[in-house]
Amino acid sequence: MSALLETRTLSKHYRIGSALRGYRTLRAVDGISLQVERGEVLGLVGESGCGKSTLGRCMLRLTEITAGEILFDGRDISRASDKRLRPLRPRMQMVFQDSYASLNPRRRVGDLIAEPLRIHTHADGARRGEAEIAERLGELSHLVGLPQSALQRYPHEFSGGQRQRINIARALALSPDLVVADEPVSALDVSIQAQIVNLFMDLQESLGLTYVFVAHDLSVVRQIATRVAVMYLGAVVEIGPADTVLHSPAHPYTAALISAVPEPSVGVTTRRITLSGDVPSPVSPPSGCRFHTRCPSAQALCSMTAPALQDMGDGREAACHFPLLT
Amino acid sequence: MDADAPLLAVDNLTITLPAGRGRTVDIVENVSFRLDGAEIMGLVGESGSGKSMSALAIMGLIDAPGARIAGSIRFRGRELIGLDRRALRALRGAEIAMIFQDPMTALTPVHTVGWQIDEQLRAHQPLSRAGARARTVELLGEMGVPDPRRAADRYPHQLSGGLRQRAMIAMALSCNPSLLIADEPTTALDVTVQAQILDLLRRLRQDFGSSILLITHDMGVVAETCDRTTVLYSGNVAEHGPTDALFRQPAHPYTAALLDSIPPLRGTRPRRLPSIPGAPPAPSARPPGCPFQPRCAYGHVACETRPSLLPIGAQQVACVLPAEGRALPPRAVLSA
Repeated sequence: MSALLETRTLSKHYRIGSALRGYRTLRAVDGISLQVERGEVLGLVGESGCGKSTLGRCMLRLTEITAGEILFDGRDISRASDKRLRPLRPRMQMVFQDSYASLNPRRRVGDLIAEPLRIHTHADGARRGEAEIAERLGELSHLVGLPQSALQRYPHEFSGGQRQRINIARALALSPDLVVADEPVSALDVSIQAQIVNLFMDLQESLGLTYVFVAHDLSVVRQIATRVAVMYLGAVVEIGPADTVLHSPAHPYTAALISAVPEPSVGVTTRRITLSGDVPSPVSPPSGCRFHTRCPSAQALCSMTAPALQDMGDGREAACHFPLLT
Repeated sequence: MDADAPLLAVDNLTITLPAGRGRTVDIVENVSFRLDGAEIMGLVGESGSGKSMSALAIMGLIDAPGARIAGSIRFRGRELIGLDRRALRALRGAEIAMIFQDPMTALTPVHTVGWQIDEQLRAHQPLSRAGARARTVELLGEMGVPDPRRAADRYPHQLSGGLRQRAMIAMALSCNPSLLIADEPTTALDVTVQAQILDLLRRLRQDFGSSILLITHDMGVVAETCDRTTVLYSGNVAEHGPTDALFRQPAHPYTAALLDSIPPLRGTRPRRLPSIPGAPPAPSARPPGCPFQPRCAYGHVACETRPSLLPIGAQQVACVLPAEGRALPPRAVLSA
């Protein structure tokens, strides 16, 4: 069985600058090949500007890609027209970080959740009737834990956590196969975040969903993801089963990222790998391995040749000349 | 000034804001805490818990029309509430400084970073332009800014988020304040840069003996950085105590539940995250009893009256459980 979604050397470059001062190329996503298997949760992690959100948007063709291919359920959708994409749209949905910005404040919650049901027809072209829509709204609100009364109210009447439930209900309205969630819990307070993470996990299990879960919070990703891809400056530096990657990282960047997370407990002594400096600009990434300027184990080779992703023999791949052995 | 007084003593601080149609709402209720010399205290809570408002009150920066600030805020024994603007101005920057989550709002975009730090130095100290700039460059260097001479000549937008945060800290520390209030100083930063800034804050205490009031929503940041911790919930102190004790055996059900709801990075992965049902109440709809009672697993009749802070070991907790002989058990220790 083929992967539900596959990217092949996918790139998204932006031209920045002006005619006066000259144009430069920002490589937001630079040649990423990965597969998202049916029923899995792939976590995309990395620091701001690493391209994780851009990659998530490219996967759904919400952002036009520069080069490479995207295959959805075996079909090449990289250059498909909007018309050809339309029948596939119900199968791929997105949940965004800003739960307020993604809901029209002037429409009732019921209408917002029903919108995809009104826009998209059944597979045979038949429109959904109002009775069918009302029934589905009932199911959806139950599914995400919203009271029926919520459907008559407006987005501003809800807290951030409840609004994210509304967004999830809308994303699930058409029973998608794939949901790309871009930092869906980052704006929520911790006590609410746990509720929404649990909801994502419950829905994935009961509906057999596939998620691409974009987040910067490693502990949230560990909780929900089956596999994790770690990104740095537009490229995947390590990808593999969540427990393998997060417990015994092979790439020095993954190791540094994990060690930098402050843990909410005392008495746990972890060795902090402090990286010097900031992430270099994706306009002029370093030569060779992109991470060599900040890498504690960089050697001469690293500034010359860019390492490719290699199988580490434990189901995980890492792009490093000198992977950490555990 | 009183030599024996704590550096900062906040007692029964209540901040009341007008809520329209003649109504008022208590954003912060009877919050008390103190901070000693060379100490880092964490003020932790979720959005709307009143942590930033408390900090703004200490700085005398709440100027909303109709705002009422009651209680007492004493700095080295001197009352700050009601202090006239001139005296407050002399104190701010020189004795008490504040850094914010977003350095872009604290730094003006129209002047170089160096110009802004020079200005602050010269406002409080008799320094020449050249003398101020030399000190600025020195400060930026101490904050770990590479090539500080060049960085001083840059505008805020030309610096990365981490460097901007360092520049703001350099500005805040330019007059050697004895108290630094840091309001979510690392929230907008990536974890690897956050680690650098937290290291820097710890070094400030060590090398300069600065006291830091660290305001954050991140329990991980608190655990790693603070000597003592005060947990706020809905404008009230839920508990405070030494960070070590508080994380080992949280005495308030809110603290315990909050810690439980954070997904662990190590050890076994829970099948479901223990979560706290519901959401914190709006300040205008705060229940008359314990503010956490509607969400609390241990809520009972005794919680209908507002609990006062009671000592339990080295901690203080606003909960009736310990007095009822039903103190919470220690946290399960995570196996690494």
